[in-house]
Amino acid sequence: MKGLYHIEHRKMPTRRRRGRRGEWIFQSMAFVALVFTIAVLVVLLVDVFRDGVLRLNWQFLTSFPSRKPELAGILAALVGSACLITLTALFAFPLGVGAAIYLEEYARKNWLSRVIEVNIANLAGVPSIIYGLLGLELFVRMMRMDRSLLAGACTMALLVLPIIIISSREAIRAVPVSIREASYAVGATRWQTIRYQVLPLAFPGILTGTILAFSRAIGETAPLITIGALTYVAFLPTGLFSPFTALPIQIFNWVSRPQKGFLTNAAAAIIVLLIVLLLMNAVAIWLRNRYQKKLY
Amino acid sequence: MLKEKGRMRQASLFLVFLTTILCISITPARAELKGLIKVDGSSTVFPITEAVAEEFQKKYPGVKVTVGLSGTGGGFKKFGRGETDIANASRPIKPSEVELCQKNRVEYIELPVAYDGLAVMVNPKNTWCTSMTVKELKKLWEPEAQEKVTRWNQIRPEWPDKEIHLFGAGVDSGTYDYFTEAVVGKEHASRGDFTASEDDNVLVQGIAMDELALGFFGFAYYEQNQDKLKLVAIDDENPENGQGPILPTPETVLNGTYQPLARPIFIYVNRQSANRPEVEEFVRFYMIMGGPLAKEVGYIPLPDRAYTLALDRFKRRFTGSIFGGKGSQVGVSIETLLLAEQK
Repeated sequence: MKGLYHIEHRKMPTRRRRGRRGEWIFQSMAFVALVFTIAVLVVLLVDVFRDGVLRLNWQFLTSFPSRKPELAGILAALVGSACLITLTALFAFPLGVGAAIYLEEYARKNWLSRVIEVNIANLAGVPSIIYGLLGLELFVRMMRMDRSLLAGACTMALLVLPIIIISSREAIRAVPVSIREASYAVGATRWQTIRYQVLPLAFPGILTGTILAFSRAIGETAPLITIGALTYVAFLPTGLFSPFTALPIQIFNWVSRPQKGFLTNAAAAIIVLLIVLLLMNAVAIWLRNRYQKKLY
Repeated sequence: MLKEKGRMRQASLFLVFLTTILCISITPARAELKGLIKVDGSSTVFPITEAVAEEFQKKYPGVKVTVGLSGTGGGFKKFGRGETDIANASRPIKPSEVELCQKNRVEYIELPVAYDGLAVMVNPKNTWCTSMTVKELKKLWEPEAQEKVTRWNQIRPEWPDKEIHLFGAGVDSGTYDYFTEAVVGKEHASRGDFTASEDDNVLVQGIAMDELALGFFGFAYYEQNQDKLKLVAIDDENPENGQGPILPTPETVLNGTYQPLARPIFIYVNRQSANRPEVEEFVRFYMIMGGPLAKEVGYIPLPDRAYTLALDRFKRRFTGSIFGGKGSQVGVSIETLLLAEQK
């Protein structure tokens, strides 16, 4: 992918002086944009850390919610979020990658596939609360899953599916046609080509896209609140049909409480959520590097 | 003599204490209770139910209690479909919700759990606004005021000719429903050009940073932010329940002089669920521990007699709402509540 957009600057003709000034202006504008973004992030981080870092301790991680802010903890929410995201991954990853392979490798390019393509792109932009409403009607009520971990994971899977499909398709499309042709030339079938040539090359890209999609899902509150994930849960999920809570919901609840102690708790829980997100992104980068090294 | 009197008092106090303990412990300690109790509804009632659930699960580790936060309206929707056992409600049930319950054959027992005062607040730097009458509040908040009543001196000519910035509870909350009923006279009707938030801390911040702000929300939030806010005394111009403007305090809310912005808050129990031993015990526990726990999380507990009467009503499985299923009602004092409970 990188190679495509890589332009050698030396060969660029320097015909117009204005071009240089334009470049300077553009460069400084881009730099200001970057500084602004980072500054906002830093302010947010500093604010959250100042409020919450002292509250972070083992007790906080291993306690259930309580009316007393100093005794409250995020165990149920943390475990709930972890279970939720694992289940979501189990549902969404095979479906998403499968759909992407079909669309890229098997589907004929006709009006139907174009309609599907446009719709998937649109679905990726649908507000998450809409998925919550769909999940409430479809999973909670029609399929009678109740307000369970399973219903939550199914809703989240729907939410991330379009993003996974799109990023997987990008990754598969980036595999050069020459590799496929070479594979066919030595007598490989279509399945063998996909299995041994295309997928391994596309895999790092697929993984990165997927994990970024899950990082988004783990911070989602609206769909969970819509399907009715609960706020006060003082036990760990025992199975697929167990009621559950999740980190963003716990944070949402604490932020809106009058007592200062709960606001501190919310800040500490945000730090935990940030750490989980960073870990997930780190795993994405690590996996990508690992597979890339293997292949070249 | 005096000493003896003191000792007598001590002894009698001790006796009272002992009997209470006995009363609580004599009822069979069914520690083997099991099951799942589902509660959902108002964010105003949430802290009390959370506290009760926490204590209940300490006593009965086999029972799991979940408490959701869908707002009073959202809670009743689930309750009416029979999806939850108990609904938290910061106002009495409405006709549309009664209909939903009837459609799904859900019978409910209404139990008051505490009192909540709605406080009207301004910025501490606001020197002029110390009290308001309900009429003035109505003039400011009614739907017709939208984009018309925008300056302080439009409410009282002696107040400064400056813009007024309004903050209020979100329109999905029972708090908003109650405030509009009490002030405007019609539930769920108010001007739309105010900053609304379901998160009361946003309102606290908004008023704390804006000299020209005025807002309303739960009294519990004022107690935690006394340094950032100033209370406005409310005058309902009815000398029968206290003369002149009255500030909300636990006393004025309880003795019925802080009107009309004080209201009882409730739980609604599904009658069928109440037959399950764990739900029955939870409600009983709620009526015994609810008072002290409500106080602990910032609400005003009802007099003990109200809890006893409510518990009695629960035991008799007295269904329906004492408010006739008409939604928010203004000026429900403790006395009216008690009288109604005796039915």
